Amino acid sequence: MNNIPLLMKREFWEHRGGFLWAPVWITGVILIFTVLGILSAEAFHASSHVHMGFSLDDLRENISQADWSQAGNALDMAQLMFGGVTSVGVFFVLFFYLLGALYDDRRDRSVLFWKSLPVSDTATVASKALSAMVVAPVIAFVVATAAYVLFLLIVTLWAGAHGLNALPAIFASHPLGMLWRLVLTLPVSALWALPAIGWLLFWSAYVRSKPFLWAVMVPLIVLMLNWWLGKLGAPHIPDDVHLAAILGRLLFSILPGSWMKAEGSGVLVSHIKQSLDPDHIVSSFDPSNVYGLLAEPNLWIGIVAGVALLAAAIYFRQRRIETAT
Amino acid sequence: MSDAAANPIVRARNLTKTYGTTHALDHISFDIEAGRIVGLIGPNGAGKTTALKAILGLVDFDGDLRVLGLDPRTQRAELMEQVCFIADVAVLPRWIKVSEAVEFVAGVHPRFSREKCEAFLSHTKIAPGMRVRELSKGMIVQLHLALVMAIDAKLLVLDEPTLGLDILYRKSFYESLLSDYFDENKTIIVTTHQVEEVEHILTDLVFIRDGKIALAATMDEVGERYAEVMVNPDKADAARALKPLNERQIFGKSIFLFDGIERARLAALGELHKPSVADLFVATMKGTYA
Repeated sequence: MNNIPLLMKREFWEHRGGFLWAPVWITGVILIFTVLGILSAEAFHASSHVHMGFSLDDLRENISQADWSQAGNALDMAQLMFGGVTSVGVFFVLFFYLLGALYDDRRDRSVLFWKSLPVSDTATVASKALSAMVVAPVIAFVVATAAYVLFLLIVTLWAGAHGLNALPAIFASHPLGMLWRLVLTLPVSALWALPAIGWLLFWSAYVRSKPFLWAVMVPLIVLMLNWWLGKLGAPHIPDDVHLAAILGRLLFSILPGSWMKAEGSGVLVSHIKQSLDPDHIVSSFDPSNVYGLLAEPNLWIGIVAGVALLAAAIYFRQRRIETAT
Repeated sequence: MSDAAANPIVRARNLTKTYGTTHALDHISFDIEAGRIVGLIGPNGAGKTTALKAILGLVDFDGDLRVLGLDPRTQRAELMEQVCFIADVAVLPRWIKVSEAVEFVAGVHPRFSREKCEAFLSHTKIAPGMRVRELSKGMIVQLHLALVMAIDAKLLVLDEPTLGLDILYRKSFYESLLSDYFDENKTIIVTTHQVEEVEHILTDLVFIRDGKIALAATMDEVGERYAEVMVNPDKADAARALKPLNERQIFGKSIFLFDGIERARLAALGELHKPSVADLFVATMKGTYA
């Protein structure tokens, strides 16, 4: 078990592209579009002399205290946006990372090399789960924060070019407070993700082929079967159990912050609506709100399920080597 | 260690493995002592790889099997501190860099010597920054061998280690093993179809057929037991009366392979030879695919 830091390093070596370069590219593209947007706004402004709704020259003359605090709120939202967009990237990276983590080396037979070394299967599976819980989200968070700093720099320079000092807006925002609140969400997101981590690693260790199909189709078929039984009036799991939410967590809880809903059931659709409301999203990052989740049985049931699935993944890692291909 | 000398490195009793209805291993028992180089030889599908996988804890089995006193099924991680394994050349992960592979093995293996490994690698064209996917098959096996030879292990298991390599790499593979690695504290088990290339380095021979051991003997015993006689046609009937294992024709003479017949009686029939392992193998496995 004392090998685990090195095993996690190994995971990073293999998945540098997903863990590091994916968030770098995602935030890089946002920054490029920010610059392009600024440039095209400037070009449009210069050629047409039309007053757009948003004129920096007007701002310079007529700006008030309330406007500054609104600008600060906008910057807070931008900071969240950088975190949110990289989180979506983390979701896709982790989804395919976990499905391949105990399958790809069986398919190319390099599992025979890894198994020729004195590393227990428990340590192997644990290092992969920890990489998904900690390494990928933390790297993405650091990259998102660095990108936000660059974003502030770009905005400041742009405003400066128009003789406007953007510093009051930055002072009106809460970059450090926001940063700290986002840091605090990382452990909660990691715990919340356990059912999906366990589920995806389980199929990765268990199947002889097509881990993606198994992991995705099993919950879908269960859901449809239950719905169909319900229509027939046959015994089925009643609607108030929220089967969709439970099964959804097996697939989507690796999205950082996917617990952000009062009930914490992680159904994507319903909380996207809430996320669009700025007041709600900022308050939902309040540490008391975030750590209130720790008091919910929902989280702990998920942790138990996740650990059980990880134990099953270890069991099959010990016994399954061959794949169908 | 003194207990290693008293206990066999590998001790199998009634080792059995079934896939569905076929017996890959059918109640086999054997011991492998320290300081031996054992050739495990058999036709395709005879159970060689299954036996090796059982020894390495890569497959479940019935019966009793102890490797260095440990149960491979439940103590694989512990066992792998003392046991090294090269399957065939294709098992090193293709994405890994040479330097990463060295760093990883150095980190997880308490008996690995980075200096030794780097010394082996310095005799090759392999550079630390190269990825395995950029290496040729021969270079991959050199890298794997460098990693394995830098580990002070008690048992080295080789499963078709030179498959698909050209003759230069094959020769240097076994030469490195013998001159830079093997000593009386180490034991090597090797399976291969290229019997001619290993027969001069083996100390023990195990033939396996249909999941059963067809022959298990030291090379000295093989030399004493088996003899090949080149017989002129006039004495061929007398030779056949001694129930040879095998008979083949060459240049109008018959070559008979005998098991356990007195040398003096055979010498009267014709010219005596030590049979090659390949000939012995062919004779023992007659009718395998029939």
